Amino acid sequence: MPRLNSHRELEHLRERLREQRQNITTTVMVCGGTGCRTSNSQAVIDAVRDELSSQGLDDSVRLCVTGCHGFCEQGPVIIIEPGNIFYCHVSPEDAFEIVYQTVMKGEVIERLLYEDTVSGERFKTEAEIPFYKAQDRRILSQNRLVDPCAIEDYIVAGGYSALPRVLNGIAPEEIINEIKSAGLRGRGGGGFPTGRKWGDCMEAPSDEKYVICNADEGDPGAYMDRCVLEGNPHLVLEGMMVGARAVGARKGYIYVRNEYPLAVKNSRIAVEQARELGLLGDNILGSSFSFDVDIARGGGAFVCGESTALMASIEGKVGEPRAKDVHTVVDGLYHKPTTLNNVETWANVPAIILNGSSWFASKGTKASKGTKILALTGRIKNTGLVEVAMGTSIREVVFDIGGGGANGNSIKAVQTGGPSGGCLPLDKFDLAIDFDVLAEAGSMIGSGGMVVMDEETCMLDVAKYFLTFLQDESCGKCVPCRLGIDRMLEIITDITEGRGRMEQLDLLEELADTVSQTALCGLGKTAPNPVLSTLRYFRPEYEAHIKEKKCPAGVCKALITYWIDPDKCTGCGVCISGCVHEAITGEKKEVHVIDAQLCQKCGICRSECKFDAIQVV
Amino acid sequence: MPPQTLDQILEGRRSQPNQLIEVLHDVQKNYGYIPKEAIQSVSQSLGVPLIEVYRVASFYKAFRLKPSGKNVLTMCMGTACHVRGSHLLLDQATGQLGVQPGEVTSDGLFSIEHVNCLGACALGPIVAENGSYHHHMTPGKLRKLIKTLGRQETEDNHDAQAK
Repeated sequence: MPRLNSHRELEHLRERLREQRQNITTTVMVCGGTGCRTSNSQAVIDAVRDELSSQGLDDSVRLCVTGCHGFCEQGPVIIIEPGNIFYCHVSPEDAFEIVYQTVMKGEVIERLLYEDTVSGERFKTEAEIPFYKAQDRRILSQNRLVDPCAIEDYIVAGGYSALPRVLNGIAPEEIINEIKSAGLRGRGGGGFPTGRKWGDCMEAPSDEKYVICNADEGDPGAYMDRCVLEGNPHLVLEGMMVGARAVGARKGYIYVRNEYPLAVKNSRIAVEQARELGLLGDNILGSSFSFDVDIARGGGAFVCGESTALMASIEGKVGEPRAKDVHTVVDGLYHKPTTLNNVETWANVPAIILNGSSWFASKGTKASKGTKILALTGRIKNTGLVEVAMGTSIREVVFDIGGGGANGNSIKAVQTGGPSGGCLPLDKFDLAIDFDVLAEAGSMIGSGGMVVMDEETCMLDVAKYFLTFLQDESCGKCVPCRLGIDRMLEIITDITEGRGRMEQLDLLEELADTVSQTALCGLGKTAPNPVLSTLRYFRPEYEAHIKEKKCPAGVCKALITYWIDPDKCTGCGVCISGCVHEAITGEKKEVHVIDAQLCQKCGICRSECKFDAIQVV
Repeated sequence: MPPQTLDQILEGRRSQPNQLIEVLHDVQKNYGYIPKEAIQSVSQSLGVPLIEVYRVASFYKAFRLKPSGKNVLTMCMGTACHVRGSHLLLDQATGQLGVQPGEVTSDGLFSIEHVNCLGACALGPIVAENGSYHHHMTPGKLRKLIKTLGRQETEDNHDAQAK
């Protein structure tokens, strides 16, 4: 496509593309996100494409391979418009029926419809499904409109409309004021007011400034940024263009996790396409504004979620944070003023420019505006990506959208905010998803990870898991973080292995307090949160480990024993062949026995026994 | 992707120290790990001291300084996978193969790696086999996967010998 030299040429292109698509009667949207690809959606895509071709429907039906639709558990997922028909768990063998019956005749295939996990009811459209119904999908709903590798789709859907506005008409100060009055706060974890960040960066005197998109998403158990960048990269790019225009930057970087190959690929393609159209580069749309973006791959270090460490990493250095006596908006990448926002924050920007700050602020609470994308995972029925208005309660998310505990287990807690966040118990589920409310309760929204835990999850094991993670990820530069996490982990390990003493709990609290007050960067300052929040809300579990030497959830290996219930064992031999430690013996059709000396308590046998014969005490 | 030479990887990036991580990614993609010789020539070409290149290569989890096995099993250790029992899978893999994460089996066929998150959290626990994701994994499924991969290898060897 030729380079666009003015706003008018962009609009002309938009009109032309829309005209070209007038003949399209039906759109088949197949999810090509990482989740559905894991469930083999590529084979479905190929099968549907072949089927459409063999029926001669190439011109009238558009096959759109989109980014994530959010309901990953049900993948591969297909939506057919018109009709908003939602098919799940689609296999390549279904392609013929889908094309012949639904696309050509408009008939619905009952067996491919979503069946509600709670009521057993089948729903025809996406809009009716309880998982989607309770959501407010301002950003995620755009994913299904576009093929992330086709800039035309984004333009047809109305994309790149905010860019011309900020180039002709709105002054940088006005852009910043709009973002400020929208009340947009950073979606990466800190919740810092975005407009204030931009304002400080704009005012910082320098001839060279940078904007950065943090797509490193180090929080284990969260993947919303991956889905947005992977599914709608132009939305993120347009947000960065607006930001760059506002603060006066000519260069931007997308710092993306290397473990997300599809996000790396799609964002590279998006940058190339935007350059080709002249939406990146010199004199964008014939204006005086010049801006370009490069992709920098991360190295898999959690600490690089911290702004100064991330910037060091883009410079090709070790990702160690530095003291922020002077903030990065003044002294950032290459010591130049730098605005760093996360993927979701950038993705919110174009709509604020287009629809105005009051539209954005119409959703949310007093101090947390707009919507938030959450990664709902763990021991819950409906897992996937969820976008709700700020202020929605945890209960609504976990029970109305998530459908409650998996396998009939009762839910005990939810972990929000990743390694920097905390665990909240069931009686706190009426709390609102709000930056300040969750922080006050000892957790945080963080980037939006929401891991649900049930009666089979040991909260000490969770605390230990995060401490082990943070010990591994601490860069080691400052003493409180490097040694404090070590000592806390030692205490928790003592307790989970039956050596705990009650007075260690006070020491643990004191240590946690010291680390959070004295560590150099955000990683260390928030590292004690998983310990503090579990101590605060799940103290009886700590006490059971210490006083009774028992793990109520049956997880901590040193405190449990596996045995086979002779009444239930059928002697099928599955556990014998499954035990990697050769600790189980027994003849076929006779009761099997676990040798306690050899048993490593890995639990593999229990997970494989179909008769629930293997018990933990 | 056809193999690239170090020269090709370094093309257009010489004397640009900020390209270090990008170059190391490409070196690893090409060789499967970061060989000692590559560290030396990257150091010279980018103008970054040898010790700094080594420091970066050993700091970031993404880089391997030793070759991996022919089949790489990547175990996702993210929170969502953890609460759904990813430790069982790690126990299965280490028990069945007799090596710890980061090590290679003596026949060079397998290595186990663990990563913080593969980003398919809703479908956990996830195990990636040479980059392709397996969802809702159980120890039983993993045991079969490892056996199948091992068997394929033996068959390939037999075929090669027969020829």
